[in-house]
Amino acid sequence: MAEEMTLEDVKRHVKVYITVFIALAILTVVTVAVSYLHMPFTPALLVALAIATVKAALVALYFMHLISEKQVILWVLLSAGVFLAGMFALFLGAHADQEAVATLATLILSSHVA
Amino acid sequence: MQIPYEVKARPDTGVNNAKLGIWLFLASEVMLFGGLFAAYVFLRIGADAWPGMMMYGEETMAERADQILNVPLAFVNTMILIASSVTMVMAWASLKMDRFDRYKLYMGLTILLALGFLVVKGFEYGDKFDHHWYASTNNFLGVYFVLTGLHAIHVTGGILVNAYFWGPGTKMWKRGTARDKAHFTNRIEVAGLYWHFVDLVWIFLFPTIYLI
Amino acid sequence: MEEGHSHSDAHSAHKEGFWRRYWFSTDHKVIGLQYGFTALLFLLFGFGLMLLMRWQLASPGVEIPLLGALTPEMYNQFGAMHGTIMVFLGIVPLAVGAFGNYVVPLQIGAPDMAFPRLNMASYHFYFWGGVVMLSSFFVPEGAAKAGWTSYPPLADIETMGQTMWLWGMVLLITSSLLGAVNFIVTIIQLRAEGMTFFRLPFFVWAQFITAFLLLLAFPPLEAAGFLQLADRLLDTSFFLPSGLVTADGPLEVAGGGSPLLWQHLFWFLAHPEVYVLILPAMGIVSEILANNTRKPLWGYRLMVWSVIFLGFFSFIVWAHHMFITGMGTTISAFFQITTMIISIPSVVILSALMITLFGGSIRFNTAMWFALGFLPMFGIGGLTGLPLGLAPTDIPLHDTYYVIGHFHYVVAPGTIFALFAGIYYWFPKVTGRTMNETLGRIHFWGSLVAMNGIFFPMLIQGMPGVSRRLFDGGLTYSFAEGVMHYNVVMSVSAFILLLFQLPFIINFFMSIKRGKKVEKSNHWESTTLEWSAAPTPPIGHGNFATIPTVYHGPYEYSVPGYESDYCPQEVPIDLSTSDTAKSVES
Repeated sequence: MAEEMTLEDVKRHVKVYITVFIALAILTVVTVAVSYLHMPFTPALLVALAIATVKAALVALYFMHLISEKQVILWVLLSAGVFLAGMFALFLGAHADQEAVATLATLILSSHVA
Repeated sequence: MQIPYEVKARPDTGVNNAKLGIWLFLASEVMLFGGLFAAYVFLRIGADAWPGMMMYGEETMAERADQILNVPLAFVNTMILIASSVTMVMAWASLKMDRFDRYKLYMGLTILLALGFLVVKGFEYGDKFDHHWYASTNNFLGVYFVLTGLHAIHVTGGILVNAYFWGPGTKMWKRGTARDKAHFTNRIEVAGLYWHFVDLVWIFLFPTIYLI
Repeated sequence: MEEGHSHSDAHSAHKEGFWRRYWFSTDHKVIGLQYGFTALLFLLFGFGLMLLMRWQLASPGVEIPLLGALTPEMYNQFGAMHGTIMVFLGIVPLAVGAFGNYVVPLQIGAPDMAFPRLNMASYHFYFWGGVVMLSSFFVPEGAAKAGWTSYPPLADIETMGQTMWLWGMVLLITSSLLGAVNFIVTIIQLRAEGMTFFRLPFFVWAQFITAFLLLLAFPPLEAAGFLQLADRLLDTSFFLPSGLVTADGPLEVAGGGSPLLWQHLFWFLAHPEVYVLILPAMGIVSEILANNTRKPLWGYRLMVWSVIFLGFFSFIVWAHHMFITGMGTTISAFFQITTMIISIPSVVILSALMITLFGGSIRFNTAMWFALGFLPMFGIGGLTGLPLGLAPTDIPLHDTYYVIGHFHYVVAPGTIFALFAGIYYWFPKVTGRTMNETLGRIHFWGSLVAMNGIFFPMLIQGMPGVSRRLFDGGLTYSFAEGVMHYNVVMSVSAFILLLFQLPFIINFFMSIKRGKKVEKSNHWESTTLEWSAAPTPPIGHGNFATIPTVYHGPYEYSVPGYESDYCPQEVPIDLSTSDTAKSVES
């Protein structure tokens, strides 16, 4: 965050913090309320993750000042984000692939037994 | 010898050392919790049933997380943590406005809220133990205890850091030179970044463990 | 929030007691030396474990003097701890902790690391991690026996030593993370004026990328470590499938976990870890080759981009360690392709180093010999890795001595040679004295021959499928019959290797006290700042009297028309008139 912030800037920031807090509180209520609807798994997951992502973005952008942060820090986070995304994608891919192989193996085995 | 850019930002990168350092640390924390979440997903998609068999008295199958976990308590805890994030950032803003008394107030509130979070967490855990639900009961509870447990350790770490900056750490500010004040404000910002990250992790933990 | 008040420390430097000065020091050079000595001791210890195993393999059941005959349990402990100690307590701390700590701030013109107290903490975490690892030999039923990879379900149901292993790893990972943060901040923030990223010596680049790998790849292993600790201490079943039966009957756990999950998390770290082992070594070799060929490093920018590319790609190749886990063709094809692609930048770097030699007037000193030895040895290590990166050839070779031979070629005559080269090269910087050249050459040639005597037969033994984990080396298997006699060759070579480390040890300690004093600060007539601008060795507290300004790239050797054959980075020259300078100037 910039060192050269004036008093006026800080006061404006404080207003933003309060607004963000209210937004976060509302979103939390929404996510809990939605969970009581007992939706099927996939839509429930998507809604919950969407709300969580919005909340996380609010915290990161405004409380952690990422919205006005320097490039070097965005690069660091971007690289962590890329590796994290890669890890999730490949974990899931490896799992799905393995399941497919297992299913195939079961099919082949059962056809031999028959 | 003085280390350059301890307080002032390096002109070409625009950040000071501590700021860059804490973000790097947070990047590694992203990978730590990311690894745990990836493990959670991996276990869950490979499981026959989730949350699975609960052993209390007779064996019963739980179909939803909220049959086991206490959503209202976790909701309260989410609110507490979000509020503590706001007080934390207000503490920093107070220093920027040169209002040390307000800083003490807001930082104190942050610490109290964090302690409140742990107390609620303690009740939650205690309730599970009363039902004889342990980490070993099934992998759902294992994930619940280990992930929220590691998060609670992070909260505890944050409390220690913040308590230091509320108490003995304020000596730096009280020395009163412009550099010391700027340095202390930076420290609070850095501690704040960590604290917001702990909040951010909870924002993901809450829906993925309690609500889904 | 971690910065120290090192300015006040500097004034009281002469008044500090022993503990403050050598144990709780915040000076990056002292910490570098602490790392160096500790890591060398661990290397020697890990080597000792290997010698005991090789004794057993060459003459199964024959009693070892003082120790008696090895039991299978002891053999497994030594195997697991040899791997762990060499990788996590020996090579990485030496390559990164010691060389990185000592050299990087000097090469970029920094007064110290960015967070000196964090640097001290990082060493102490490492030290205590090592102590925990070593003390695990003395707990009931001994140290971890599940291999350095600690695969569950075996590791989950292991004896207490495994728990110690996990706590030790948690400490070591913490140390690495603190170190990595420190390195990255130092390199980004504390570069001297004019030291742009493309004027950084290649060694600094290698350390920079290494630090990123440590920073981002270690946490998932830490996560996995916590999960395994939970499995062991809280009886969870993250890595335990349902229905597991051991010799003691069915396991009483909830089940439903996945042993594969550990493998994914482990190799997500451990493949980047391979590059953590090799990149600093490449950095050291590059410095020495440029210095001793008196030529600019060929293709400096190309090498830098290659190392960045290596760093990124090393995160998405890990499952080539897991081809035999029942992986399907889709994912296996993906990982085979990425594995083949990642070999390209390694080849680029190695080729660039080879081309650097071309047409140079080479100075053959011990450091240079070791650096030259690194090139073909790492080449063998890299090329023998290709068949392991392709599933059809990996499946028969998996878990055989071929794999052992392959990665030992990379890290033993590869990385360790580079580390030796670094010790001979920077010794005059640290002590102000040179090491003995004759003893150095004996050390080099003896080690070169002995190392090949150990590792080449492993490749041969692995081909028919001799497993890497057998207590008797495979005596009872008929397919191993034809290659069993190599065990004697390898074990004798191993003891010869020990013999040839004696000149090094003697040389090292003798030279500290009695080595020939260097005549000038810039002993090797080098262009980089640690030689040209830093104070005359041995350096006390503080690095530069005044921080130098950098005017050009790091390898301005033999600039046409310049008065001497090297032009240090802090000396301004007009490079626009020179032809050779264009390739490195930014």
